[in-house]
Order: sequence, then C-alpha cells, then structure tokens
Amino acid sequence: MTEFIQNLIDGLGKGSTYALLAVGVSMLFGVMHLVNFAHGELLTVSAYVMYFMRREDIAWVWVIPVAVLAAVLLSVLIEFTAFRRVRNAGPFTLLLTSFALEILSHAVWRTGVSAKPQRYTAPDITTKTFSLGAVRVEWWDVMSIAAAVLSLIATAIILRKTIFGLSIRAAAEDFDAARLMGVRANRVISGAFAFAGLLAGIAGIFFLVRRGQADPRMGAEPLLKGVIAAAIGGLGSIPGAVVGGLALGVAEVYAYSLLPRDLQGMYNSVVFGLIVVLFVVRPQGLFNVQNAERV
Amino acid sequence: MLQVDGLTTRYGALTALHAVSVTVRPGELVALVGPNGAGKTTLLSSVVGLLTPSSGSVMFDGHLTTGTDPAVMVSAGLALVPERRRIFKDLTVAENLRLAGVTANKRDRSARMQEMAELFPVLREKWDVSAGFLSGGQAQQLAVARALMSGPKMLLLDEPCLGLAPTMVDVVFDLLESLRADGRTLLVVEQQAQRVLGIADRGYVLRTGSIVAEGTGPELAGRSDLFDTYVGGSA
Repeated sequence: MTEFIQNLIDGLGKGSTYALLAVGVSMLFGVMHLVNFAHGELLTVSAYVMYFMRREDIAWVWVIPVAVLAAVLLSVLIEFTAFRRVRNAGPFTLLLTSFALEILSHAVWRTGVSAKPQRYTAPDITTKTFSLGAVRVEWWDVMSIAAAVLSLIATAIILRKTIFGLSIRAAAEDFDAARLMGVRANRVISGAFAFAGLLAGIAGIFFLVRRGQADPRMGAEPLLKGVIAAAIGGLGSIPGAVVGGLALGVAEVYAYSLLPRDLQGMYNSVVFGLIVVLFVVRPQGLFNVQNAERV
Repeated sequence: MLQVDGLTTRYGALTALHAVSVTVRPGELVALVGPNGAGKTTLLSSVVGLLTPSSGSVMFDGHLTTGTDPAVMVSAGLALVPERRRIFKDLTVAENLRLAGVTANKRDRSARMQEMAELFPVLREKWDVSAGFLSGGQAQQLAVARALMSGPKMLLLDEPCLGLAPTMVDVVFDLLESLRADGRTLLVVEQQAQRVLGIADRGYVLRTGSIVAEGTGPELAGRSDLFDTYVGGSA
C-alpha cells in the first residue's frame, strides 16, 4: 500500500509535467493542425537561462520568472519567424518546419555554448521530504503537482470565460468561421503559442530546477512524452491532454516499479507497448475530437 | 454601401468568377441567385476577404477593401452568415454569441447579447446548451444572431434556408424582412430564387461565374426564361 501511494505521488508529479506540455501541444494542434516538435526546445532555453543566471549567482526567485518568460518569448518568436511563413502550406511542411527548428535549436546550443551538459546546483528545496504515515513525500513533487493543478484550472477558466479562450476554441473548431466573427488569425495564433509557451515554462520550472543541468538535446524526450500524452488524450482535446499526461506519468512509474530490477531500464518499452494497444483499440485517443480546420 | 467591380477569382487554373460587378445601396435587400456552382459563395467569400480575388475591386462603405482580412471587414461593419451556418458546435449558444462580439467593447457586447436573447427567444431557452445540440432552424437563428453581434452595417447571408424545414424557411424570410425594416443592408444568396426575389429590392442572376441578368426583384422573378433551366429555380 505504501509503495502504491508512493508511486502514485511520483507518477502524478511526473505526469503533471507531461500534462502541461501536452496541453500546449494539443492547443497548437487545435489552431494550426501542427504537431510542434520544436515545443521541447522551450524547456532547453529555460534550462540554459537557469544555467547562465545561476553561474552569476542570481537568486532563484529571479531565475524562475526569467526562465518562464524565455520559454514564452521563444514560443512566440518561432511562430513569428517560422510557422507564420508556412501557415497555409500543407501539414507535412509544418511538421518539417518544426523538426528544422528543433535541429536548429540543438545546433545553436551546441556551437554557442557546448555539446557537454552545463551544470547548475539545484536548490535544497528540491531534495527536502516529509513523512505522510509511512510514505516519504518530496516537497518538490507536492509543489509541482499543486502548480500543475492550478495552471490547468486557470487554463480551463481562461478557455471558458475569456474572449481569448473562446477564440482559441472556436479557431480549433473552424478557423475561417472564427475569422468571420472578427477573430484576428495572427492574434489568436500568437496567443496560442504564447500560452503554450507559458505552460511549457511552468512545466520546465519543476522539471529543470531539480534536473540541475542544461544540454543541447534535452528538450527532445519531454517533448516526445508531451506529444504522446496529447495523442493518448486525442490531439486537439485539452481535457484529453491533461488525462493523457497524468496517465502517462503514472504508467511510467508503475511500470518501473513492477519490473524486475534487471529490466527496470525497459520501463519505457512497457509503457509504449501499452500505448500501442490503446491506439489499436482507440486510434482517435481517449477523447473524441472533431477534425480541426486548418488555417 | 457595397460596390463590387469587375471581380475575378480563381481556384488554381479554374476561374470561378469572371469580372463580376454587383452594387448594393444602403438599406437595400439584394438577392443573388443562380444554380449550384455558379460562384455565389465564391463571390461572398471574395467580398469578405476569405478568398483573394485576382483582379477587380471591392468597395465597402466608401473604402477600397479588396482582399482585406475577414476579421478587419467585420470591424468595418460587414458580417457574413456563412453557408451551412458553421456555428461552433463545441461552444454553448451564449459562448458563440460572446465570441462573435469579439470586435465590440465589453459594454456593447453585453447589451447586444441581451438584445439577441430578446430577438431570438428560442436561443434564450438554449442559452447554456452546446450549439451542436440545436436543430437546423435554431442553428440558423444562432448564425444570424452571431453575425448581428458585431453590430454590422451590412449582412451577407449565404443560403440561409439550406436544409431547413418549410416552417423554418418562413421564419428565416420573416427575419430577413425584419432586418431590412431595421434599416440593415442585406445581400442574400438563396436557392429559393423566386421567393427571395419576391421580397428583394433588386437582384442579380449569376451563372457559371458571370452575371447574366439584373433588375428589380419582381422583374427578375417574373422572367421564367431565367429559372426553368436549372433545378431549384422555383420556390
């Protein structure tokens, strides 16, 4: 029982990071029909911001907002400089553009900084624990779950209650119809990129502060998990992305703990196997989404 | 109010509109009729900026607006009720209306939502229901209400009666007349040619991308030679 709860907390901690990334991925898919493989690079830029600022001994209270802001700015920047130019091209062009951006980002960090990981020390709070009965809980996990829950609640409220949120939902359903209502295409798309960047930035804090290092290719794996989580939930569905992210995080932790010690390194294979089964049974993901209209 | 001059629009190699000219004066209800594939929807899409014409010009409210973004056209006072309504099914009725007030300020938006609730009692009953659950007639009323949310000077309606039950068609025609009585300028594309020409001030007949006839509503409605050549010509 203790182990079960321990794993659940660990899994939700991991899953909440995936959920935040997946919501961003799903939102961009909704408005642009784009699976943005460059989305993970937002984590990379945040990590390098942490590395550079911590090298100068700047306090974490300053580092964190700047790191989040960097993710938002990079997200908006890649939309403005790259995706906007190919917006009316086919999905394949959009996909290739996102790969190109990902590779470009790796190259920039490798040549501009170093191919080697750059380390920074994680603050003490990331290793502090408290006891809950027999369970040892890490404060950092509790904080990341709480922050993810708050962010996701805020996202839900924004999508339901604000004109910006309604524009995103309407554009995801029928982009041209949204334009006919007076929704500015550039504004809603930049807004979606900024918002997805913000969520990635928040996810980044909890993942990166504890990670303690920045390296050029670090964005790839969390992004892959984010995309998978979004696909599990049904690309384009925001609630689906949340459920997909949490399910993926929990599944990973349980797969790891259930495997014999020698095979624990294969937990990803087990999880991917489960995902394959899911897609055979429900190719559209857990949540049904209407086909989003392309811009 | 609207002056379309020599408009030509192409889809790749296919020319869908050949130098079409149409004029709508303030307060008029103008009907645009013609068979399927004549280019009626293409014309409306080119006017609001969903399509960019390859030549010709569009003047709206005294400004040259050829190829202007649809969202900008809405702000300028031109709203399109698109073919097949295209209401947002994932949004509630109230959310559809609220979004459609995106160009208005907060106070005007609330006031207009109030107005729409009074103008369309059917919608008020379904206020917080997902628009996907509306019947065809209700959805059409929502589509018109949505277009009115921007407070337009002129409305373009593309096949507002498409797929509606006969009683709902009556409701839509009543609505068209009451919109005109309110002083709105209307350009209506309609398959039920005779009927819409019956209430229109003037009309245009479009066939294979060109205007083949124009005149007052009753005048065109009386010309049987124009309408017996295609299905859907009679009301």
